[in-house]
Amino acid sequence: MTTEITAPLPGKIVRLDIEPGTSIEQDTEIMVIEAMKMETIVYAPCDGVIEKMIKKVGDEVEDGDLIATVA
Amino acid sequence: MINNLHSLLNTTGFAHLTPGMIIMWCIGLILIYLAIKKQYEPLLLLPIGFGILLVNLPLSGLMEPDVGLLWKFYHYGIHWEIIPPLIFLGIGAFTDFGPMLANPRLIFLGAGAQAGVYLTFFASHAMGYNIMEAATIGMIGGADGPTTIFIASKLAPQLLGACAVAAYSYMAMVPIIQPPIMRLMTTKAERKIKMAKPRPVSKREKLLFPIVSTFLIILLIPASAPLISMLMLGNLFRESGVVERLKGAAQNELMNIVTIFLGLPIGATMHADIFLQPKVLFIFVLGLIAFVLSTMTGLLLAKIMNVFSKEKINPLLGAAGVSAVPMAARVVHKVGIEADKRNYLIMYAMGPNVAGVIGTVIAAGIFITLLAP
Repeated sequence: MTTEITAPLPGKIVRLDIEPGTSIEQDTEIMVIEAMKMETIVYAPCDGVIEKMIKKVGDEVEDGDLIATVA
Repeated sequence: MINNLHSLLNTTGFAHLTPGMIIMWCIGLILIYLAIKKQYEPLLLLPIGFGILLVNLPLSGLMEPDVGLLWKFYHYGIHWEIIPPLIFLGIGAFTDFGPMLANPRLIFLGAGAQAGVYLTFFASHAMGYNIMEAATIGMIGGADGPTTIFIASKLAPQLLGACAVAAYSYMAMVPIIQPPIMRLMTTKAERKIKMAKPRPVSKREKLLFPIVSTFLIILLIPASAPLISMLMLGNLFRESGVVERLKGAAQNELMNIVTIFLGLPIGATMHADIFLQPKVLFIFVLGLIAFVLSTMTGLLLAKIMNVFSKEKINPLLGAAGVSAVPMAARVVHKVGIEADKRNYLIMYAMGPNVAGVIGTVIAAGIFITLLAP
């Protein structure tokens, strides 16, 4: 089953700790989004392995934008 | 010979120094220190601090009516009400009213947080300040620098320096002052409340907003016109998408220029003889009370709204109703994340936060309508 990782708030991705093949555990830090000059940590929604990355560091995202998929 | 030396000494500032001036130098230097070392509102506290030093150098004549350089900045910039509206032009160009339009009921929180303004107004008046001074002091609770300066220049110019410094200092201290009150007045379960996804806001709505609000607010409260008109014009620059150069100028060049001409003369209103009076110094206490009360009434209103509404709102958003943009919204976001690391409140908090800016201007407009001589 594929799970989507989406942006929980609009802003700019300033750090990404994941790439295709990274295995993640639920609730571990996977990236940092900067909004309103404030950095917010985003956590993994589930356990799994990153399948595909849609966004990269430096990208501007809107609330709900797809960032990566987890297999 | 001795007489000559004496008269020579009298032409220097040294002979005219007073202990009060030296105290004011210390205050000026503390503000400069806070600006540089702690980065507390440096864009304002740095020129204000320097202005305080300048006006407390005897015989400089910088604030001498009709002649002094800083007096001219003050008179033509602030007294003539040019600079605060120009700051609002920049704020309008910076502000995205989208989060507020996406969730219009959060506007009430921006209004609720103005209660501190009125409560402090009554308290200050009861404590012996005249009614115009009391209105100016209450305004500090709105946590909006340019609006506080605007109302002070109209109603109580003698308190302008103290009120402006109090407003900007407390805005800088939002992250210290607000969180304890927020934790005290909400339960952890309330802080964990997740907000429903906001509805999308169309480009047309954002474009119509500044035009419609200009009509509505100025027709209702004409005295708010100087600030509201500039705020909404700046916002129209932003949302129209066709005048990027004007938007950029309002946000950057113009904003930076007027900030220089705002800070320096504000500092220059703080001469030792005017500033070092118990009545003026007590403004810092009352301003803090105003600010705390505004935070509390915002939180309280959010909790009351939850009693009557099915879709719960996170009561922390109430604290963002004070118009320190975006500091108050950031604080809400941080306190929300403390309770639940997946609770991202920033965009929701921007709603009451920008509504608070409008709320504070309206509160000022009402005071001016009722009290202006």
